[in-house]
Amino acid sequence: MRYAKPKSVDEAVALLAAEKGLARVLAGGTDLLVQMRSRRALPDLMVDCKAIADMTSIAAEDGGIRFGAATACMALVENAQFSAACPGVTDAIKLIGSIQVKGRASVGGNVCNASPAADSVPALIAAGATARIASPRGSRDVAVETITTGPGKTCLARDELLVSFLVPRKQRNCGDAYLRFTPRTEMDIAVVSAGVNLKLDATGICREARVSLGAVAERALLVAEAGAALVGSKVDNAALERLGAAASAACRPIDDKRGTREFRIKVAGVLARRAAQIALDRTGKEN
Amino acid sequence: MAKHHVSALINGNPVEYLCDAQQTLLEVLRDELNLTGTKEGCATGDCGACSVTIDGRLVCSCLTLGAEIDGKAVQTIEGMATGTELHPLQTKFLELAALQCGICTPGMLVAAKALLERNPDPTEDEVRYWLAGNLCRCTGYNKIIEAVLAAAGEMRKG
Amino acid sequence: MAETIVYPERELKVIGTRPVRPDGVPKVTGLAQYGADFNLPGMLWGKILRSPHAHARIGSIDTSKAQALPGVKAVITAADLPEQKFEYLGPERVAVNYWHMTRNILAREKALYEGHAIAAVAATSKAIAEEALKLIEVDYEVLPHVIDVDEAMQPDAPLLFEDMITRGVEPPPAKPSNVSKRIEYKLGDVAKGFAAADAVVEASYKTKPVHQGYIEPQACLARYDSDGQAEVWSSSQGHFVVRTFTSRLVGMKVADLRCHAAEIGGAFGGKTVVYVEPVAVVLSKKSGHPVKIMMSREEVFKATGPTSGASMTIRIGVMNDGRIVAAEGVFKYQAGAFPQSPVMNGCMCSFAPYDIPNVRTLGFDVVSNRPKTVAYRAPGSPISAFAAESTMDLAARKIGMDPIEFRLKNIARPGAKTVFGTTLNHAGFAETLQALKKHPGYTAPLGKNQGRGVAAGYWFNGGGESSATVHVNEDGTAVVAEGSPDIGGSRASIALMAAETLGIAYESVRPVIADTNSVGYTQATGGSRVTFATGMTVINACNKVIDEMCARAAKLWKVDRADVVWEDGHARPAGKRAGEFEPLSFKAIAAKRTATGGPISASASINAEGQAPGFSAQFCDVEVDPDTGYVKILRFVAAQDVGRAIHPAYCEGQIEGGVVQGIGWALNEEYIYDRDGHMENPGFLDYRIPVASDVPMIESILVEVPNPKHPYGVKGVAEANIVPPMAAVANAIESATGLRLTDLPMSPPKVLAALDSRR
Repeated sequence: MRYAKPKSVDEAVALLAAEKGLARVLAGGTDLLVQMRSRRALPDLMVDCKAIADMTSIAAEDGGIRFGAATACMALVENAQFSAACPGVTDAIKLIGSIQVKGRASVGGNVCNASPAADSVPALIAAGATARIASPRGSRDVAVETITTGPGKTCLARDELLVSFLVPRKQRNCGDAYLRFTPRTEMDIAVVSAGVNLKLDATGICREARVSLGAVAERALLVAEAGAALVGSKVDNAALERLGAAASAACRPIDDKRGTREFRIKVAGVLARRAAQIALDRTGKEN
Repeated sequence: MAKHHVSALINGNPVEYLCDAQQTLLEVLRDELNLTGTKEGCATGDCGACSVTIDGRLVCSCLTLGAEIDGKAVQTIEGMATGTELHPLQTKFLELAALQCGICTPGMLVAAKALLERNPDPTEDEVRYWLAGNLCRCTGYNKIIEAVLAAAGEMRKG
Repeated sequence: MAETIVYPERELKVIGTRPVRPDGVPKVTGLAQYGADFNLPGMLWGKILRSPHAHARIGSIDTSKAQALPGVKAVITAADLPEQKFEYLGPERVAVNYWHMTRNILAREKALYEGHAIAAVAATSKAIAEEALKLIEVDYEVLPHVIDVDEAMQPDAPLLFEDMITRGVEPPPAKPSNVSKRIEYKLGDVAKGFAAADAVVEASYKTKPVHQGYIEPQACLARYDSDGQAEVWSSSQGHFVVRTFTSRLVGMKVADLRCHAAEIGGAFGGKTVVYVEPVAVVLSKKSGHPVKIMMSREEVFKATGPTSGASMTIRIGVMNDGRIVAAEGVFKYQAGAFPQSPVMNGCMCSFAPYDIPNVRTLGFDVVSNRPKTVAYRAPGSPISAFAAESTMDLAARKIGMDPIEFRLKNIARPGAKTVFGTTLNHAGFAETLQALKKHPGYTAPLGKNQGRGVAAGYWFNGGGESSATVHVNEDGTAVVAEGSPDIGGSRASIALMAAETLGIAYESVRPVIADTNSVGYTQATGGSRVTFATGMTVINACNKVIDEMCARAAKLWKVDRADVVWEDGHARPAGKRAGEFEPLSFKAIAAKRTATGGPISASASINAEGQAPGFSAQFCDVEVDPDTGYVKILRFVAAQDVGRAIHPAYCEGQIEGGVVQGIGWALNEEYIYDRDGHMENPGFLDYRIPVASDVPMIESILVEVPNPKHPYGVKGVAEANIVPPMAAVANAIESATGLRLTDLPMSPPKVLAALDSRR
């Protein structure tokens, strides 16, 4: 295996495009190094993107916050501007592994690893985040929900590099939250998870809602019916019940070592309701 | 493939080493630099025994490549005491019997030090959540948490 | 918060204090050397090839390509180890069969579980060794496999050993099976007892195998010299055990193998056997280089011993006044791929805390295609106690009695008979229950979805063979060389007892774990035996030193030895010479050693008897999330009879650690297998041991009812604490939800399914 540490996105993309064998992007490495150890991934070239400024910086932009795909999760969690502007995404990032793992792990890696249980993904989807993808042909912005196509699979071509994310800044009449269920309080993979983003009007009626579920299908789902269950309501108990039922109905999970099908379906509804309640509580708060 | 030449500061000392691209920082520390205080409990980032800091950031050295360290500053357990003077965390771990077998201790100490640098007055819950990535199978965590809180108190007194 | 019963006979100076452990500083500075931390010039890395199949016949193993890889210095298979005789050696409870053991080190006819060692290589780097493993060609004939204990007992189950006839059945069965052994204990007349009972409760239970989960994987360094002598540094609970097993498995003289106890990174019973040591020795022998082997975490889970999973049924007959009149337990334990689960202990311990006139326990030792089980903290007892103590709770509910009162009503007191034929001759059980009952938390109110559960547990505690030598130095300090690897701070308790006995400062005693060539034979650190048995040996050696010190004083004073006594750390003239000379301190006599006869040292080797059983009583409060099945531990209080707390902080630490292991066992830990018999969770991510944020501060109560058979009243403290938690948590869940869970672990999907089944 060879190791390269490009200084710019162009350089990184050129390396990826030129590689004849298997090239892997090293952002945090917390999934990749584990895969290498168990020989599930045997790259010929490792492209370390942590020396690329665009991929490791956090900055305000166009009503949102843009952060590099290789930014360490702890750098995001400890960035006061980011956590205030993106509370739901911060909820999720805080849950990615231990403090040590978050010291390395990146949101770009979490998304591109394409695990159906990735914590950041439902939160980013609920928040309406977009990702900027670079290639020798230039760059494109895509909605996060379009990136993962299945377990371990993304829409990225082999010469494409996920450079950064743009998350809309939380508005005063908005609220979002992410919850996951794990048997332990920490150091665990989501058995099921839910991200909810709400927008209320001046009278407290929900006008927009995005609900995303993790670990209940081959990839994180954006569940339109679940969002619709809240729109037009004051996010009261009846609406939350409808939300829970719609969330559970959208699940198509499997039985695996981390949980049963029945458990995931049921708890998806529970978490959607609870996340919506937290999101509601966060509306009206300044960011 | 030729080895990578890395220049780094390890525990404040300039160090140069050669490593293979796939060698982890943990392997470099233990096998190349004979810094065996950093322990391998899982090599998959799940136990925290290999905790070190890189440029002040707490990480698992098993999830870091040795080649990435060029130009960085790494702190390991071996760099925690100042000469023969133990860090207050080390002292409190000893006084309060916060270790039984001691294999998790280096990682616990490195992680706890990173916590206290950010939060000099943590609550019990904050310590528990910060150290959740450091597994201990012996102590049930009681005395570790007590020792970190006691050391924090000691350090606040200055 | 120690409940203390004052030891009546002597006042103690240092015992009961909490000094810093003598081996502490290197452990907080990273300088202590554990199993993987040793290196030698010219050292090679050893790696082990493991079976990908749960059950397969091994046709042939072709190592020629691996052998030919540059950098590979040795490749071995089972053919490099001598065959062993098929016989069970030693006491039945811990019997060893080397025919089985050598097959677990390296498979012969068959691979019996995924991860079973097949071959091993030594190479100049880890990477080359790994590359070489891929070049070894093994011809497997995959066979049907069986994982579950009940399935393994079915008449049509795949057989691990085609000739295994169940032991303990008369006449022996004609057909082979996976049942290695049947054992039965009886006291009184169970049928009569149940017939007389006002109420009978019965329930069946299942538990999953759980791993000891020590954070340090097995590791060793071995050097084999061309003269046939060898040296091993390894992470083990008993370096003498390493010597016994390795010399036998490799086929060398005991005196030719010198074993060193590395610092050990946790074990809990899991390092009482060998896995890598014989392999490293043979690789070293074959290559002519020192060889180091470190297991990966995955290898630890797949190829080292968890404890058994089990299938059990318990019946308890009780009178309305709370007296238990009959109890019966059937215990089927998985042994793993080779016989000898701890089912015998399960049969013995399950009802041992109680004085019940009619008891019957029946045990089955069953092999299946899983790693061979090995001791885990009070081996066997926590499993049967989960079933027995859950059923005790059902019985208490049935007659409407407080669970601590119910246990107190039936608690075994001195004179009580056990089902295994002994008579209890120690107090402590009732005192421990009473201490628990007095805890203010026991009567604290509970909130919504919260519940409280009580359970108790018994463990034998161990005695056995230990050796030590005490060397007195010229400045009045002393070195204690002993043979018990220190896992949890035993050097501190040993130094405290030596200092107390010698009458010198704790800091003047420096204990060392001597290698097998430097101290007498000492059994493994296990069975909660070290502070008791090795402590007793050290005290004996110290008493010999004192005797010698008195003789030296007599020499200096030119009086009869009989006219010198040892008091308060000094030799004093006594009897007819009383008051004639100024007392001589330990230090003063030590300084005169050359003039009075030379070096002062004494050794002791004993087979310690008189250990007192361990007993722990606990309650816990839980909150159950009705929508997710998540069980949060709100509070956990554990009282244990510790005899005497030599170093109270390390006694508390044993209780706190044992309870948290029990919480993991109760709620989340389990081996998960896929349909092909592959373990699906061989790592700390999905084998979920408790993390710091999962648990509250464990509240320990040290109950001191001294053991009269030990000079300082010591009882073992390390194990009884893990016996009650699983039942305590199950009982608390019933208290919170009204639901009785009988299947471990009580993980959220199971709890939620139970809650839903009622809705």
